[in-house]
Amino acid sequence: MTTTTARTTTIFRRPRSETGFWSWITTVDHKKIGIMYGYTAFIFFVIGGVEALLLRIHLASAESTFLTAADYNGLFTTHAVTMIFLVVMPMSAAFMNYLLPLMIGARDVAFPRLNALSYWVFLFGGIFLYSGLIFSSVVPPLGVTPGVTGNLDPSDARSFFGLPDGGWFMYQPNAGPAFSPGRALDFAVLGLQILGIASLLSSVNFIVTFFNLRAKGMRLLRVPVFIWMTLVVAFLLLFSLPIIAIALFMVIFDRQFGTLFFDATAGGDPILWQHLFWLFGHPEVYILILPAMGIVSEIIPVFSRKPLFGYAAVVFAGAGIAFLGFGVWAHHMFASGISTVAQVGFGLTTVAIAIPTGVKIFNWMATLWLGRIRLATPMLFALGFLTMFTIGGLSGVTHAVVPSDWQQHDTYYIVAHFHYVLFGGSILGIFGGLYYWFPKFSGRMLDERLGKIHFWLWMLGFNMTFAPMHWLGLQGMIRRTWRYDPSLEFWNRIVSVGAFIIALGLLVFMWNFYRSKRRGPLAGMDPWDARTLEWSIPNPTPVFNFAEVPVVHGLDEFWHQKYGEDKDGRPVRKDDADSTLTRLQEIGTNPPNPVHLPSPSYFPILMAAGLPLIAYGIIFHLSLFGKALIVVGALLSLAALIGWGSEPLEEAHMEPAHA
Amino acid sequence: MAQNRLRRLFLLATLALVVAGCSVIGIPDSPLNSLDPQGPFSRRIDALFWPVFWVATAIFVLVEGAVVIAAIVFRDRPGRPEPRQIHGNNKLEILWTVIPALILASVAVPTVRGVIELTSCGVDAYPVEIIGHQWWFEYRYPEEGIDTATVLVIPAGREVCATMTSEDVLHNYWIPQLNGKRYLVPGQETLLRLQADEPGEYRGQCAEFCGLSHSLMRAEVRAVTEEEFTAWIAAQKEPAAEPAAGTPEAAGRDVFLNRCTQCHTIDPVNVVVEEAFNGPNLTHFMDRGWIAGGYLPYSRENLARWLSNPPDTKPGSYMPDLALTQVEIDALTAYLETLR
Amino acid sequence: MTAASHEVSEHHDEHESTGVENRKLAMWAFLSSEFLFFGALITNYLLYSSRTFEQGPTPAEIYDIPFTSVSSFVLLMSSLTMVLAHNALSRGDQGATRTWLLATAMLGSVFLAGQVFEFTEFITVQGMTMQTNPAASAFFVLTGFHGTHVAIGVIMLLSLFGLSKRMGGLTDKRFLNLELVGLYWHFVDIIWIVIFTVVYLLTAVPGAGG
Repeated sequence: MTTTTARTTTIFRRPRSETGFWSWITTVDHKKIGIMYGYTAFIFFVIGGVEALLLRIHLASAESTFLTAADYNGLFTTHAVTMIFLVVMPMSAAFMNYLLPLMIGARDVAFPRLNALSYWVFLFGGIFLYSGLIFSSVVPPLGVTPGVTGNLDPSDARSFFGLPDGGWFMYQPNAGPAFSPGRALDFAVLGLQILGIASLLSSVNFIVTFFNLRAKGMRLLRVPVFIWMTLVVAFLLLFSLPIIAIALFMVIFDRQFGTLFFDATAGGDPILWQHLFWLFGHPEVYILILPAMGIVSEIIPVFSRKPLFGYAAVVFAGAGIAFLGFGVWAHHMFASGISTVAQVGFGLTTVAIAIPTGVKIFNWMATLWLGRIRLATPMLFALGFLTMFTIGGLSGVTHAVVPSDWQQHDTYYIVAHFHYVLFGGSILGIFGGLYYWFPKFSGRMLDERLGKIHFWLWMLGFNMTFAPMHWLGLQGMIRRTWRYDPSLEFWNRIVSVGAFIIALGLLVFMWNFYRSKRRGPLAGMDPWDARTLEWSIPNPTPVFNFAEVPVVHGLDEFWHQKYGEDKDGRPVRKDDADSTLTRLQEIGTNPPNPVHLPSPSYFPILMAAGLPLIAYGIIFHLSLFGKALIVVGALLSLAALIGWGSEPLEEAHMEPAHA
Repeated sequence: MAQNRLRRLFLLATLALVVAGCSVIGIPDSPLNSLDPQGPFSRRIDALFWPVFWVATAIFVLVEGAVVIAAIVFRDRPGRPEPRQIHGNNKLEILWTVIPALILASVAVPTVRGVIELTSCGVDAYPVEIIGHQWWFEYRYPEEGIDTATVLVIPAGREVCATMTSEDVLHNYWIPQLNGKRYLVPGQETLLRLQADEPGEYRGQCAEFCGLSHSLMRAEVRAVTEEEFTAWIAAQKEPAAEPAAGTPEAAGRDVFLNRCTQCHTIDPVNVVVEEAFNGPNLTHFMDRGWIAGGYLPYSRENLARWLSNPPDTKPGSYMPDLALTQVEIDALTAYLETLR
Repeated sequence: MTAASHEVSEHHDEHESTGVENRKLAMWAFLSSEFLFFGALITNYLLYSSRTFEQGPTPAEIYDIPFTSVSSFVLLMSSLTMVLAHNALSRGDQGATRTWLLATAMLGSVFLAGQVFEFTEFITVQGMTMQTNPAASAFFVLTGFHGTHVAIGVIMLLSLFGLSKRMGGLTDKRFLNLELVGLYWHFVDIIWIVIFTVVYLLTAVPGAGG
């Protein structure tokens, strides 16, 4: 952490590759890191999607035998964990990484190597989590009485050997040592712990970047909304991750070292787990949705050719949602038997959080109103977000009514609600962002026709999948149910068909992405006639981002470089707009001055590699092998840390000729 | 050509919708329908749900309508002038902060009243205890010393106050037609009020994920008239009938004594002493009409299926496969059918 | 994790900035997260300490308040020596800086030794382990995590000490290193003050301990 010696730098030759495999392994470039986040998350999206399809095939009939109960429970657990921690969060992180420096006019984030470390920790955490499939077994950990039959019986039919099956919420004591023996859940718990470290590092990095690296003139209320939402999410992570870290530590101590936090027979308190989990879990919901809200806030003005209506209100509403988000956690527990006072209090805060959410929706609508709307694919997805998220928000209000929630809690009504928020919200927003910023990182355009097919397939499939779930839930179909009443079969079949239409839409997207990345039309400088700084540099983004760090004069800086306003307040393209663009393109490709860039480094990936080793060691800590793993992992991380501390951030200076 | 194809497609789609519509009409409501209140508490919740639902629907129509209209009316067409660059409007901001706040406040008031009314039992409520097990519900009537399972018998028209806890993991007792759901927490007690207007059978389900056979952990509340209830109590207090020696029933009783007494009680045949192996009390087994934690309705066929390999029917079941022979199963069935 | 990362921001004139150095801002952000980490741990302990369990003893019944008071005092003094190290460096007095750094590390180690003694005493003499009851679990996990933080702090202090000897000084850029370690060290101390007051003094059963 603190050593800086000239001698040690010679131990390890500094990585030099600028292209190819090693350039990705050793990169500290926020753009490459962002792209890696994106691809990794997409792979997990496909995995999580396949899990969902398996679940839907099973649920197509009421007394299905397609999956065993153990597999079913395992799949719904991993589907949730994957989609939340390995898809939506890293997808958002992909956009944040790529765009944060670009939108505030910086060359990189504040701590480039730390940023690389975040990515590798995330990747290894994800791989570790899924490696439980191979390495877990049903051999019980400490604290289990052998010889008790029932769900401790290793003969339970499992084809997906070792999937954690306690639900992503891991309610105790069901996910504790006595009722979920085996190592599968330990992999989930420690995997989440590792992923939490990645998020914590990112959040610190983004906070510092936001506060210290904004281009000259970019005062706080000139920062694009997406970047504001990045900051808000970073703070949410900063304050909610320590809570879940503690909760997960308690579980892992219970499971591996025999503590009694959640063992009711010894006086432990299972409800405490719920409090801790949701004290993290509810801010987590906003961690998932706010980035998409930020993306939509960027897309809608561009395609309406109007500034965002009520910019400050949208920003403050976002911050308000985050703030209130820490005070609503117990609405997940209205049925848990918490006190009347708590139910009333949390009911009221839950109702209150609808207000800033509404403010955002109304401001987006006002931005559309009187605009000149181009229904290009990014805009379609943004409008999809707006309409579908609204449904999710409104169904949310219906279970803010506490007694109604007693009926709806743990039914498919809730499943419908949060998929409208997380798929109809986060995922549609994220894909809108993908269509919008694809030219930024590839230099090419995605195919519009295929994009529209993708959009309409998703709107159809999505609503077929999740709209009937409202009805199913009100008809009493509980969540996480392996079997259900035969009267519910019809709508379940519709739902299952819808799920496959979503999958079809995704295939269209994948084809579009694959083809456009190679052969799509070149994007040029400013394909969408956009408003924010990231479009004032060539596509794809040059390695140094800005040849000259821009000076900002107002909100939507780039737009004002191109457009003035007539006396009616209508935009008029400046006479020199085209020459401005040409000049920007020119200096963007041939920087006039040498640009100093941080050099690549081996140490982030090495340091990250130590963490899963330690985690494996904890799981197998009873054996000598496990103890050795802990030591090896710790030494590896420590060695990488020393190496890290002893190499300077930048060495070679980038010459303009190389650009 | 293209138009023709479009028309045909449209026709097909309409047909599909009609077919779908017809089949939807034919679907019976689920026995767990939460929109069909049959008691004062569920009715209270229902009365809270619908106004909020309609308000939400109105907002839904408003927002979605506005978005669709905007997308059509303000769509970029040739000759459409550049829009005026409106940055915001403070009056509007205040308006769409205050109006939703007022609407939500009007939702909040009845919510608070509903919570306060529904979270504590009435003083005259009839007390029962509900204990969750993986994967069945146990009921105790503390005033009568009765211990039964799966089917909770209550007097119609009278409030029942259930004090609930769990033996193992979290469970959740939910009879949608009578009230919302409430967790059963090991080491803690929760309260649930139940009341049915009319005699009848109301299905329920464990709503909190509780392990392998969570989906099969079902329940029923059977509401009966006061007279029937008194008679039921009296019958429950009776010991089990003693089969005559040499009959198939007596053979079944022997099988029971040999194989089942580690977990199951039949008063006065035996009493299970060890808590950890507590299975449902079978003294009045036939009264319930359900087996396997409420998953299977009672029939000889279902009972044979259950006895021949319980974990096969209910994954993870604590009742192991006892490798009973067909002869043993038949004898056991004959004996169990005497337990009325 | 933060070493030498500040070059990126050295062109302050190009940026809107808080004026707080990047690494310092990062440390503040990290410590604010740590506050909640310990907040959750302390809350856990308080929740369980107010309950009774079949299996005893609970931590509150066996605290040795006089002993812990002494070790708390030691840790408190280490904050003082840390400040002295900081002052010495700002005066440019390398020798004094080294001395005070070493003193801080030593005091931290004494505190850790005290904790090891306390744990051993509880486990072997009093018969209270992590597996005894939830209050004991919460106690060991809370104080264990705090001890880990102190240990990491001691390692950082020692590496600073080593650095100061080998590189001929902690001046200039490396002044910040000392400041960051100082921030962290004070944080760990403050947390202990809270733990000692809330977890030990307020929950201790009067007359118990030994």
